[in-house]
Amino acid sequence: MNVLNEMELSFESRSSNEGFARSSVAAFIAQLDPTIGELNDIRTAVSEAVTNCIVHAYRDTIGKIIVNVKITADNTVIIKVRDKGCGIEDIHKAMEPLFTTAPSEERAGLGFAVMQSFTDSLNVHSRVGKGTTVTLKKNLSRRFGNG
Amino acid sequence: MNSKIYFDGSIMTAELIGEIDHHSAKNARMEIDALIQQKKPAELRLDFSGISFMDSSGIGLIMGRYRMMLLYGGVLRVVNVPHDLERIMILSGLGALDIFERQGEVYECT
Repeated sequence: MNVLNEMELSFESRSSNEGFARSSVAAFIAQLDPTIGELNDIRTAVSEAVTNCIVHAYRDTIGKIIVNVKITADNTVIIKVRDKGCGIEDIHKAMEPLFTTAPSEERAGLGFAVMQSFTDSLNVHSRVGKGTTVTLKKNLSRRFGNG
Repeated sequence: MNSKIYFDGSIMTAELIGEIDHHSAKNARMEIDALIQQKKPAELRLDFSGISFMDSSGIGLIMGRYRMMLLYGGVLRVVNVPHDLERIMILSGLGALDIFERQGEVYECT
């Protein structure tokens, strides 16, 4: 994996940072000249991953969320969203569409389903009490021979 | 996100403007629900024409208002969904509820 460029954000798990996170990732990706659709897919997936950290990982507390983005030579964007929150007990259950542990927050239970559908690959690594890392990969089309 | 809410007889329309995420959905939800409880409209129209971004929080917003309207004996219509948001609407399975409407026509969402 030949990494051409990389950036990392660290911010507090406040819901007011959801827009900041997805817009910052989109701004970094802009150098690849993505299509509007690709950019929208990435913004949506990042928004879901970051919201999960805020609503679930750090429920009722404030912790740090780290978003790392790499751009590789084959025009792939690799996004890691990491927290040191509560972790996920049963990842398979958590990834089931419509399953949610936060109905009072009016969560639809679609976070992982959206991440899966809007990217090319989704990987979730979690340890209870230690935290969760979500890795999203998206291959971008080469429009003008960039990269 | 901002919302412009107005009434036409027993029809309540909420024009949503901006980006819907977990953060912004909370305020819109409280504002809309307070008015539903107060005015008990026969129909609530959520107008998405001014929405430039939405994640699954928008789905939660629709599902919650659908239940709320059901509770008060009214109906929910979701109107003017921009093309960019169609994929997430389809993924949500909300198409089964028959609540979508676009430019006066039923929005195909299955």
